Amino acid sequence: MRELEFTATDGDRVLPGRKMASLDRVKVLVLGDSGVGKSSLVHLLCQNQVLGNPSWTVGCSVDVRVHDYKEGTPEEKTFYIELWDVGGSVGSASSVKSTRAVFYNSVNGIILVHDLTNKKSSQNLYRWSLEALNKDSSPTGVIVSNGDYDAEQFAENPVPLLLIGTKFDQIPENKRNDVLTRTAFLSEDFNAEEINLDCTNPRYLAAGTSNAVKLSRFFDKVIEKRYFTRDPSQMVGFTDRKRFNFKSLHYD
Amino acid sequence: MFTSQVLFFGFGWLFFMRQLFKDYEVRQYVVQVVFSVTFAFSCTMFELIIFEILGALSSSSRYFHWKLNLYVILLVLIFVVPFYIGYFVVSNIRLLQRQKLLFACVVWFTFMYFFWKLGDPFPILSPKHGILSIEQLISRVGVIGVTLMALLSGFAKRWAFSDITCGAYIRYDILALERRLLQTMDMIVSKKKRIAMTRRQMYQRGEDQNKQTGFWGMIKSVTSSSTGSENLSLIQQEVDALEELSRQLFLETVDLQATKERIEYSKTFQGKYFNFLGYFFSIYCVWKIFMATINIVFDRVGKTDPVTRGIEITVNYLGIQFDVKFWSQHISFILVGIIIVTSIRGLLITLTKFFYAISSSKSSNVIVLVLAQIMGMYFVSSVLLMRMSMPLEYRSIVTEVLGELQFNFYHRWFDVIFLVSALSSILFLYLAHKQAPEKHMTL
Repeated sequence: MRELEFTATDGDRVLPGRKMASLDRVKVLVLGDSGVGKSSLVHLLCQNQVLGNPSWTVGCSVDVRVHDYKEGTPEEKTFYIELWDVGGSVGSASSVKSTRAVFYNSVNGIILVHDLTNKKSSQNLYRWSLEALNKDSSPTGVIVSNGDYDAEQFAENPVPLLLIGTKFDQIPENKRNDVLTRTAFLSEDFNAEEINLDCTNPRYLAAGTSNAVKLSRFFDKVIEKRYFTRDPSQMVGFTDRKRFNFKSLHYD
Repeated sequence: MFTSQVLFFGFGWLFFMRQLFKDYEVRQYVVQVVFSVTFAFSCTMFELIIFEILGALSSSSRYFHWKLNLYVILLVLIFVVPFYIGYFVVSNIRLLQRQKLLFACVVWFTFMYFFWKLGDPFPILSPKHGILSIEQLISRVGVIGVTLMALLSGFAKRWAFSDITCGAYIRYDILALERRLLQTMDMIVSKKKRIAMTRRQMYQRGEDQNKQTGFWGMIKSVTSSSTGSENLSLIQQEVDALEELSRQLFLETVDLQATKERIEYSKTFQGKYFNFLGYFFSIYCVWKIFMATINIVFDRVGKTDPVTRGIEITVNYLGIQFDVKFWSQHISFILVGIIIVTSIRGLLITLTKFFYAISSSKSSNVIVLVLAQIMGMYFVSSVLLMRMSMPLEYRSIVTEVLGELQFNFYHRWFDVIFLVSALSSILFLYLAHKQAPEKHMTL
């Protein structure tokens, strides 16, 4: 099994003259309101274990998931995907927001996490995605959005999104259908796949379940956009639609 | 009378929805109701004072409303709110889910016990005023709250604008901190990658090992994996240290950003206006401290209020003759009105800020109830204290309704606490201020 080597760092020190370039990393942000379960989710995705003592995330915590790109095919390759779990809420002070913006640079994918038992957390996802994606717009592009949600922007969005709803087990049986229709609307708006699970139960993401398939499809999409598109300017925001040439890779 | 109560209730409801619970979903309507009820009744008390001065409504109906209001507020503050606080706190702790009610009652009884105990060491009165002594306790706690809040809000404004001196280099400081933060995150990422890679190799090697059965296979797997796991735990420790560092860097950056924004804000007109107000306010605080010291030192209790004294001064020294009764009524009305409005507004703003700072989706219910309790206590005690600033004839009904409380004691107590907290916050701010410029030097 070939592994992608990261030669930019020798052990722990950064070699002089050759800093860890942004070209070598696959970075996925995990965003959502405080208390929805992002840290538990990231722990589950990276360590395949349930997080025993979740505590409030201060700043940003990173974890690494080993992902086999195109698993099962002859082109299989192992990548390290960094999951950046940014803490906080959309209503934070602007000083916290501007500090948080430091983490939004050169992002390759976004996982939006909401709590299925709390409608507000789902509504706040629009603001979260705007906060992260607007930061990412190239300096020469004109920023079209003025903070309001615009469905067109998400349709053409170059950054793949994934919607994850947590605390699925806490919804009583009779309410499940309503919740699922609501999340279906959300995933249409974001033009993203959705997964509903419970972070304290690894069986939702067990190999072979449809959730696991969606997850691995999402990561494959992120890696494709990162490494295999012919477009030189990778990190574009909402507005530069004409600039890229998509090579859509279909595989099933 | 009742329409205004309904109005206040609606206002409290709105405030709750718009400001406090902007980001959370209201699941327990009880909380909202309790909060709005507390708010409504507190405001009606103020309204009654105003009516008292204006002479609206007949005296007996006023008296009736006073009593009613007082009993309801006492009921809410002593029984309802603490009970619900206990209930929600208990329901947050997963272990005690089964017998929520029972534990909530236990918590409530503990609260009552402490409440009663607090009253003992003080020269508060006769045991025959059973219920009223509870009210004294409320007021005492409220008085402490009043002083602390007044102080902190006054001093915070003055302090906020005094760090303009280190503003010039703040932009560079922020950039440097951000760079360090990102470097730390990079190091964390590379270490985690090593951990993941090592773990994966170990896992695969473990799988191969599992194919070798027997005694030697087991020994081999133990020895080869032990070095791997030692390495892992070492790296894991380094990662933990780095994560702690990244959290601290993040918090420092947030602080600097906040300072930078404050500085920019102070350059605008609005900022300058608030700056001026801040100075004015701090002068007022200083004057109050001065008065408190004098009161204590000379063991004097204010018998006359500022309004009458002001009028006396104008009449005696300036020789201006005007209708004392007429003017005193209006002036005291205006003064009391201003005090009420500013204190309510200040309280709501402080509560909102406090709420944002410390709440999370789990504890939001508890915190709102605690805030409602604080608000109720604050309002009750400010009614008591306002008695000092009202002319004699209006004091009568307050005295009548509240029974024989040792008002003098309260004022003395208020002054003492005010002084103590003023001095301690001055000291605190001085120390904090000394530390801050040093921090900026080392960056």
